[in-house]
Amino acid sequence: MAIGKLGAPPVVGQPPNTLLTRPTWTEGLFSWLTTVDHKRLGILYLVTSFIFFGLGSIEALLIRLQLAIPDNTLLSPDFYNQMFTMHGVTMVFLAIMPMGIGLANYFVPLQIGARDLAFPRLNAFGYWVYFVGGLFIYTSLFLGGAPDVGWVAYAPLTSLSNNPGLGTDFYMIGLFVSGIGTLVTAMNLIVTVINMRAPGMTMMRVPMFTWMMLITSFLIIFAFPPLTVALFQVMMDRTFDTLFYVPAAGAMPILWQHLFWIFGHPEVYIIILPAFGVISEVIPTFSRKPLFGYPVIILSGIFIGFMGFAVWTHHMFTTGLGPVVNTAFALTSMVIGIPTGIKVFNWLGTIWGGKVRLTTSMLYAIAFLVTFTVGGITGIMLAVPPFTAQAHDTYFVVAHFHFVMGGGALLAFISGLYYWFPKITGKLLDERLGKLTFWIMVPSFWLIFFPQHFAGLMGMPRRTQTFVPGIGLEIWNLLSTVGALIMGVGLILFVLNIILGFVRGKPAGNDPWDARTLEWSTTSPPPYYDFDRQPVVNDRDAHWVQKYPESVHGERVPESASEPYDRGGAHIPGQSWYPFVAALALLPFSYGWLYDNMWVVGISMLVVTVATYAWALEGVGGKHIPVGDALDADTERGEGGRS
Amino acid sequence: MSAHTAASVDHTASHGTYKSTNLPDIKLMMWVFLASDIMFFGTLLGTYLVYRNRSLTGPFPTDVLDIPLTTVSTFVLLMSSFLMVLALHSLRQDDIFKFRLWTFGVAFFGAIFLGFQIYEFIHFVDLGLTLQGNLFGTTFYVLTGTHGVHVAIGILWLLSIFVHSFVKPWTSKDEVYLEVAGLYWHFVDLVWIVIFTVVYLVEFI
Amino acid sequence: MHWRRRLLGGLAIVAVLLMSACDFSGPQSAMSPAGPVAQAQLDVFMWTYWLSWPVMLLVGGVLAYALYRFRAKNEEDSKTIPHQTHGNTQLEIAWTIIPVILVILVAVPTVRTIFASEYRIEREQYTADDVIVRATGYQWWFKFEYPVEGFVTANEMVIPVGRRVIVELDSADVLHAFWVPNLAGKRDMIPNQDNQVWFSADAPGVYYGQCAELCLGAHAYMRFRVIAMDEADYQAWVDAFQRGAELTQNVQADPLVEQGRQLMAQKGCIGCHTVDGFYPGVAVGNPDYPDLTNFGLRTTVGAAIRENTPEHLAAWIRDPQVMKPGNRMPTLWTADDPNAEEEAAALAAYLLSLGVASDETTATLGGTHGDR
Repeated sequence: MAIGKLGAPPVVGQPPNTLLTRPTWTEGLFSWLTTVDHKRLGILYLVTSFIFFGLGSIEALLIRLQLAIPDNTLLSPDFYNQMFTMHGVTMVFLAIMPMGIGLANYFVPLQIGARDLAFPRLNAFGYWVYFVGGLFIYTSLFLGGAPDVGWVAYAPLTSLSNNPGLGTDFYMIGLFVSGIGTLVTAMNLIVTVINMRAPGMTMMRVPMFTWMMLITSFLIIFAFPPLTVALFQVMMDRTFDTLFYVPAAGAMPILWQHLFWIFGHPEVYIIILPAFGVISEVIPTFSRKPLFGYPVIILSGIFIGFMGFAVWTHHMFTTGLGPVVNTAFALTSMVIGIPTGIKVFNWLGTIWGGKVRLTTSMLYAIAFLVTFTVGGITGIMLAVPPFTAQAHDTYFVVAHFHFVMGGGALLAFISGLYYWFPKITGKLLDERLGKLTFWIMVPSFWLIFFPQHFAGLMGMPRRTQTFVPGIGLEIWNLLSTVGALIMGVGLILFVLNIILGFVRGKPAGNDPWDARTLEWSTTSPPPYYDFDRQPVVNDRDAHWVQKYPESVHGERVPESASEPYDRGGAHIPGQSWYPFVAALALLPFSYGWLYDNMWVVGISMLVVTVATYAWALEGVGGKHIPVGDALDADTERGEGGRS
Repeated sequence: MSAHTAASVDHTASHGTYKSTNLPDIKLMMWVFLASDIMFFGTLLGTYLVYRNRSLTGPFPTDVLDIPLTTVSTFVLLMSSFLMVLALHSLRQDDIFKFRLWTFGVAFFGAIFLGFQIYEFIHFVDLGLTLQGNLFGTTFYVLTGTHGVHVAIGILWLLSIFVHSFVKPWTSKDEVYLEVAGLYWHFVDLVWIVIFTVVYLVEFI
Repeated sequence: MHWRRRLLGGLAIVAVLLMSACDFSGPQSAMSPAGPVAQAQLDVFMWTYWLSWPVMLLVGGVLAYALYRFRAKNEEDSKTIPHQTHGNTQLEIAWTIIPVILVILVAVPTVRTIFASEYRIEREQYTADDVIVRATGYQWWFKFEYPVEGFVTANEMVIPVGRRVIVELDSADVLHAFWVPNLAGKRDMIPNQDNQVWFSADAPGVYYGQCAELCLGAHAYMRFRVIAMDEADYQAWVDAFQRGAELTQNVQADPLVEQGRQLMAQKGCIGCHTVDGFYPGVAVGNPDYPDLTNFGLRTTVGAAIRENTPEHLAAWIRDPQVMKPGNRMPTLWTADDPNAEEEAAALAAYLLSLGVASDETTATLGGTHGDR
């Protein structure tokens, strides 16, 4: 495979005190298992997340087939419950969020002119933990049934007495484990963006996608701990008979909802802010104009992120918190509409006066704008507690969050994928097939989810495997199911287009879109060391200014505009087995916990500990490439540029 | 304008490449981790507070908590933080003997604290406070237990530094690694002060 | 480009036609309120709905116009560099103010509606005119107790038109939600938490309700009805329940009914189900299972999933898992039991006779049978 030759640092001397020989594979399976290269890990993230997305889509299709007609018996209630739970868990935790993280892995270092994340091995660990967590959750389908409590898993439905099967344990342990991966990756990204920006790249010159990932990462580090603790509490209840969510002992089941949504609402922004970032790259590029109101977009992103922690009970308007609490959280929730609206207007302002090229990527970005605006408007409606009293847990809510998560985040990530695919592979995707897919995907998306607003208003609750005939729900559900079938075709075409792109895409060149940010200044795909010389940044849209300095600076082009940074050289970190080993040991750890086998848990923890020590002792390793001329002499360079 | 001229290039720390903030990555990382860890303890403490006074059966906090005993262990932990400062100071002065001594001292004091905690747990179980007995037991053990695990990891870390300092002699160039461990240790210490106040002292006001 | 625009236009016309052709009212629709609470909730929704149109038209219009006007006309044109504007403070202030105004326009009626419809009525504020119902969610049915009137029923709550109904909510196991869209939005039923919802009905009618919080198993079939009656009919209904024992003992003349009564005991039904007056003076059943007293007055079977006809009821008794998969009622006969159909019919006959024996109740309640 072409991307297998993305390269890896050449052989270096072995530190003597490691358990496992420092790996140096540049090709083949082992090179992927031991890689610490942010680009390879980014590809792994993207491929894995799209595989999970495919699984989640199959689950969605089964759900829609079951709901095509009333009183359908295609799926049993039990299996249906498993399907919508796995659909939610998959899409939120295993597909859409990792898509953003995958793009971040690949493009944050490139956008800020760095050569990797701050902690490359930790990055590998983060990916493998996510992989292990996802794999673990999916094995539940073969080990006695998947989780069936909904992706929010409200207590006390998750207690051992109410839910004796293993499904809930799979949910709790799987998310606990994959959450660790997400946390370390977020920490890694924060340090990277704060500390590894190229010389001259002040925070106000950082590309918007990177900015949004920085905010997202902060949201992750503050939002995941409450979830992790809540998952741990439920597992304590199930494993050690503690009383966290046992009403008979005086516990308050509502606590789970608070902890879950203190995580869960920021999670929504963890998913959508990277999407905002992608859109903020795509629209300026294809309008050939800088992002309109760059500081305002950053500020509104920070504001959205901050307020994300102050709105969680709008998911709980029907739990009887009282009019004062509901009013407070209704107002904070509505306030979030303001920065979001500002962003939308700023994207419109970016298009205005530009030279718009309607590439597939741009089409998806435009579809994002419209779809997301509708989702935002229904979001404001749902911030109204009296209306939410009716709409809560109905298909109106289902429609709303699919408009923001599917029509928002997913369309944005697909846009980003069309945008960055040439950079990742060096090949262009087929634009005609891409546009055909677009005209199948987006209308079918609307056909699925727009009617669901009406189904919800007319009284259809979510998470029910059937609905009553004769109260007006049939037509909306049928339309939804037809839409889902069409979108299935669209997704197959999408995958086909990606595969065709890999196999026989036309060469892309370094900068096929005449784009603006630093990732386009290196080769496609980038060499393993990313940049020949570390760029020096004097402006926002650094690459654009290098190409067209006069378009920004007029006659007064600064002397230093394109002077590369030529001190220090590049350090290319060495590959390592330990992140992979430590992450893999979490698999037996999870099964040990699942089956209450504390020996397996103990031994797994021991392996993790030993791997951690070996990890610390082996050091960063790798190779130091001195300035400039060494890179020029590097034999792999030409190959890296073309493969 | 030329921000890069003011930038430092640190060949020894991390990757030997340009650092935007002049801070070592690993130190920033610890700060970020601790920010996240605050939320872990915040959630556990929040759970404890939500369930405070909701236990249906005893023993209740005032039945079991022993302020004088825990004050002693708290003091020991505080002193360990003081030793941590001394250890870092000694390493910066390249006084390796004292650096080793104080580092070991921190771990030793930490171990004493942990010993107190283990004794306390055994004693409480004897008094009838169990993990499964009532909400106070459930939330108390999970909160203080999580803190205990943090202390244990800290001890392991400091002992590892202590041993490593013999394997590969440490100098003041390695101070950042001790500083990071110190940040962690001070944080764990600080968390205990909060727990001691909220869980122990408040009950007797 | 033209076929696309035509396609979009066509889709839009189809969508508008579909929407205008559709009637959003229904017995479980939030769009056809039958009481002041649901009306207030709908009003604030409609307000936000009409406000959303200008927003959508503004965003969509500007976007469409900008895409048309500023599109690259050809390959050559796409290489030109437009003016590199970074922003415009006045514009940005303007479009900060627009959402602020919109949010204020939404917020004011929201807060008013919250305080008008969501306040809690404390017990000491209950008046003699209020109807108090204690609703408990079970997997997968609803228990309705009338503490003032002193009886218990299941899955069908009968209320008088015009009077305030205060429903105290509790759950016996996991979370459930009490939701009658025509009358009021939902409120969760949470163990260890005293929730409450109140509403009133403007007109007699049958209003559908459904559990809206996932409770596994037969969650989709956890339905109920609120039946609003005129005051006189309501009083007759209450009276029938207060005389439940007496009515039960009056109905055993018919041999089929008598056979059903005996089967109730033989098959163990009364181990769980209460029938007031089943054995004179002896309590049967368990309060944690649906109370079947006056079952003949019910309009539905299986937690409001089928109309209460002899056929449906017999089928339900014969094999509850067919009609409501996952529910906890046992099947009493093996598949090849030759007597199953007949015995189920006898049980159905007995149950349908409960509460409808006396002439005056039959007369007043006849009208509530069947779907309105």
